[in-house]
Amino acid sequence: MSKIFAFHGGIHPPENKKQSTRAPIRLAPVPEQLTIPIQQHIGAPAKPCVHVGEQVLKGQMIAEAQGRISVSIHASSSGTITDISPQSVPHPSGLEAPCISIKTDGQDQWIPHQGLADYRSLPPLELINYIRNHGIAGMGGAGFPTDVKLHLGDDHIVNTLIINAAECEPYITADDMLIRERAEQIVGGIEVINYLLNPTHILIGIEDNKAHAIRVLEDALRHTKLNIDIVVVPTKYPSGGEKQLVRLLTGVEVPSGRIPADVGIVCQNIGTVAAINQAVHHGTPLISRIVTVTGGAVGKPQNLEALIGTPINDLLETAQVNHNTLSRLVMGGPMMGFTIEDDAIPIIKTSNCIIAAVKEEMPPAPPSQACIRCGLCEQACPAELLPQQLFWFSKSREFEKAKHHNLFDCIECGACSYVCPSNIPLVQYYRFAKNEIRDEEAEQRKSDQARQRFEARQARLEQAVLDKEIRRKERAAQAAKTQAAKKASSETAAQTPEDNIKQLKTAAAITRTKLKKALSALEAAKADSSDNIAQLDLQYKQAEHAAEEAQKALELAESGIQAPATSVAPDIKQLKTQAAVARTKLKKAQQALKIAEDKGHDGADTLRATVAQLEEKSVAAQLVFANAETDAASSSSSNPLPALKESTDKALGTFKKAEAALETAIANSSPAAEKMKAGVEKLKAKYTEALAAQEAAETLSAPKATEAPAQSFEPQPTARTPADLKALKQNVSIMRTKLKKTETLLASAEADSEQAGELQQEIVRLTQLHKDAKAQLDAEEEGKIKAAAAQGIDLKKLKIDAALARAAVTKLERSIKKAQEAEPAELNALQTELLAAQQQATQFNNTLSQFE
Amino acid sequence: MALIRITSPHVHKPTSTAGIMRLVILATLPGILAMTFFFGWGTLINIVWASALAITFEALCIRARNRPLSFYLRDNSAILTAVLIALALPPFAPWWLTAVAVFVAIVIAKQLYGGIGQNPFNPAMVAYALVLISFPVEMTRWTAPFMLYGEGWNILAFTDTFSLIFGSWVEHADAFTSATPLDEMRHRGGLTTEEAWRASDVLANVGAWHAVSAAYAMGGVLLLYKKIFSWHTPAAFLLSLGGIATFFYIISPDTYADPFFHLTVGGTMLGAFFIATDPVSSATSNKGKIWFGIGIGSLIYIIRTWGNYPDAVAFSILLMNLAAPFIDQYTQPRAYGHKASKRGMKEKI
Ligand code: SF4
Ligand code: SF4
Repeated sequence: MSKIFAFHGGIHPPENKKQSTRAPIRLAPVPEQLTIPIQQHIGAPAKPCVHVGEQVLKGQMIAEAQGRISVSIHASSSGTITDISPQSVPHPSGLEAPCISIKTDGQDQWIPHQGLADYRSLPPLELINYIRNHGIAGMGGAGFPTDVKLHLGDDHIVNTLIINAAECEPYITADDMLIRERAEQIVGGIEVINYLLNPTHILIGIEDNKAHAIRVLEDALRHTKLNIDIVVVPTKYPSGGEKQLVRLLTGVEVPSGRIPADVGIVCQNIGTVAAINQAVHHGTPLISRIVTVTGGAVGKPQNLEALIGTPINDLLETAQVNHNTLSRLVMGGPMMGFTIEDDAIPIIKTSNCIIAAVKEEMPPAPPSQACIRCGLCEQACPAELLPQQLFWFSKSREFEKAKHHNLFDCIECGACSYVCPSNIPLVQYYRFAKNEIRDEEAEQRKSDQARQRFEARQARLEQAVLDKEIRRKERAAQAAKTQAAKKASSETAAQTPEDNIKQLKTAAAITRTKLKKALSALEAAKADSSDNIAQLDLQYKQAEHAAEEAQKALELAESGIQAPATSVAPDIKQLKTQAAVARTKLKKAQQALKIAEDKGHDGADTLRATVAQLEEKSVAAQLVFANAETDAASSSSSNPLPALKESTDKALGTFKKAEAALETAIANSSPAAEKMKAGVEKLKAKYTEALAAQEAAETLSAPKATEAPAQSFEPQPTARTPADLKALKQNVSIMRTKLKKTETLLASAEADSEQAGELQQEIVRLTQLHKDAKAQLDAEEEGKIKAAAAQGIDLKKLKIDAALARAAVTKLERSIKKAQEAEPAELNALQTELLAAQQQATQFNNTLSQFE
Repeated sequence: MALIRITSPHVHKPTSTAGIMRLVILATLPGILAMTFFFGWGTLINIVWASALAITFEALCIRARNRPLSFYLRDNSAILTAVLIALALPPFAPWWLTAVAVFVAIVIAKQLYGGIGQNPFNPAMVAYALVLISFPVEMTRWTAPFMLYGEGWNILAFTDTFSLIFGSWVEHADAFTSATPLDEMRHRGGLTTEEAWRASDVLANVGAWHAVSAAYAMGGVLLLYKKIFSWHTPAAFLLSLGGIATFFYIISPDTYADPFFHLTVGGTMLGAFFIATDPVSSATSNKGKIWFGIGIGSLIYIIRTWGNYPDAVAFSILLMNLAAPFIDQYTQPRAYGHKASKRGMKEKI
């Protein structure tokens, strides 16, 4: 016999099981009216697939499973659908829920049904779907859809299957009687589950107060080839709790917040097992179950096989209830069941017991006294919590502390309440605290979401305004351009492209200055938090845009003059973006998966699948991109050497990257690793190819390569015109900014080795340009200074004077502004002063500009 | 049929706080009998007197606090406190001493803190410590076991005892009182333990104390069997006291009393089974109870051997009561499905 691992705590309430095991299971009569809730399980409610007035046959599907966690519902007997509307359902809340009502015709006529001839010939997925379509949900506890538990995916390796026959709640004997009378069904069901999960151990946990059932079960197990252990556990409440049973039978504890499958264990209620058998071998969906009808107020306590949807009252009548003595009607056991006020409430798939109690059995709770900290609750708690502390915290609404004391590990078994000598309704306190915390968290989530939504909307609106503005500008610029082009073509048809560039350059420089101005204004405004920030911001953005436009136009023109633009396959960029997008997606999904895994979320499986998929996609995209790139590089053999070099670098970069990716993939034992490996090989080949091509080109075009920089240096002709010092200066500054920009780009792109190569080259080119422009400028200035000196003017001094004059102007302007606010008397004087200063400044400027 | 909605659980163990208190009171019976047998009627008279006072004080307080009177009086907790005080005080304690002690216990140590379940300190021990400090003369004078006088069982007549307690105590007291074995041990001057054992009458009659301790232990085991408290506190308490005593006894048997002596005289057994196990003022979790017990046992030995008071059960328990909330914070059990137990009150960030 297997070893038993005791769990902490537990209680021994009076069993009261004998009463209902004397009589055999009887079929409950078919009621006149069946009320079948469309949600009897955890998960999404089934979707009705019949309409009012329709004739249905026994076993016909009347509501279809929808969503991953859901099961179908079937008609329990033949008859007419009379209603699909909310009715009272068995639920602790006492709320109503949608039900399908059937008026039975008394024929109890079956829909043609047939079991599977050989379920082993079916692929597991199909079999699981079959079970789902036969409405099988857990019949012991919460009604978790059975197919979900049987379809765990590959990442849950099931090593132990536990069949829960402990039935530890007092009064209930439904499972006990099921085993006694239908043990062969259980064995059949276990075989089906074994086929699906293929566990290494199968354990049936049963309490030692069911000696008869144990004997029968042992006999039945002789007829199976499977190696099934019956583990007899001592009678103790709540040994039938899933977590407790797992510990009892295996010594393993289900980690907090996880499910048994996470530790390789699957639990199935014994009733569910029998139902699986019936569905697979006989094709009968779950439309009836064994219900213990017992309690002091029923004359003949017994187990009835009742159709799902039978009103409780029918069962009570069958068991000869005495309405006069009945004081409490409990569905489920006395420890965790709930009371029902309305005996028209139907039996559902999870209803294992109905207790019609007399007052003496379940007396009203005496008034609770103060907690004397006796610690009895702690000794009883199977979750090894400190119920007393939880009670204090719940009572004083210190939910943080309650949570810290593992409130959410409380299984609400009621053991602590049971033993509390002060009659404190402890479980009720915990339910209250849990609900409060859940509400709070939901509230928090909601407000977070609302805030995010609001912020997103705000950003969207701002963006829309900006976009509009930009579009308008664009249109204007376009119009201006076409106008200018027209003018240019009509006026001076012979205008050289160099001139055009000059113009464009100036335009670009001007816009840039504007941009800078706008920026500084914006910053100043921001500094003193002026309220026209928004406006300035807009201005700045506009300026920025204009600057970019100008720059673009300039570059276009430049590249037009320069050697024909490097022919890059147009779709490479696109491919690159695609690859990047795929990568980001993958990363996101991975993160989500990690979070989900950490939290032990149910969705982790699906996420995992998604990640694997994305991984593949990302790799594929990356490969396509790399191929295209290297292809483009190597195919254009006419390209000058730099291009070749670039492509080699690129190939190397991609190859290196792919290799790194492969390594991580292997480390994570990702399914995409194989594919990636192939891709990496390919890339390597490409890289070597590119390298070879480059070398070949190098040897061929060595002299040409040395000439290249000189040719690509374009501003030279413009510099010949001596008057264009300003243009030269601008040229230099442009080069400088460009250089800087590229450098920062490089810094940020450093990680992305592909781009870095490109940028590096760009920088080298720009540095060269900058240097040349500077040199030219210096030369010109030198000439000017000399010329000025010849006229007896110190250009440097003049410059300083001009600057001083300008400063004086601004200063005066400022003081005028101040004066306008404070001392209007001084205003006049100041204004005249300003005028003089302005004149002086203009004079200086003029002189200066003569020499520049 | 009027059915109402009630949430689970629907059944309840037929225990009650009153029942638990009653059981604890019953468990003191062997001790009471032994005390009476060896030290005369005084213990019984004191118990009745203290209980009457306790109920009166409790009732007054509950009335003053506007609580339902009979509901709270029925929990038997006041009587239990009274019985424990009476057992701890010297058997011939004058009536006013008992009255002061009960007043302190019920009114100050219990009701002022908010009544049953709210007191951080064991009320009986607060009372005992207070009268011990305030009335050292009366408190350190115990009756010599009556076994001492004459042959066979020969105790002071009931009426004489009564008048002794309620009459003029001082004149007659000296005739019957003597020091306790712990006093003798403590104030033995330069004698070695061996010499003290030979020299002292009191120590020669230590058997009476052993018997009383055994009686308390019996009651304690009954409660343990009835699962009124868990074994953790008394076991940790007695083992740590015995362990430390053994250690020092082995080092120097001449200077230190033997462990058996420590375990069976004074209030050790009463403290271990009836006071330290008081749930209200002790640590909560099983782990915590063990630390709680160890603390008491060690403190008792330290105070008895190197402190100013011959017995130290009350002080040790009070000191550990003080530490109980702290112990609780660091001895949460590891909950099912968790790798480690949590500490403190909040998640560490
Ligand atoms: S209801 Fe919660 S706290 Fe109480 S015994 Fe059960 S698990 Fe422990
Ligand atoms: S069982 Fe009741 S009285 Fe005892 S500690 Fe727990 S909550 Fe308090």
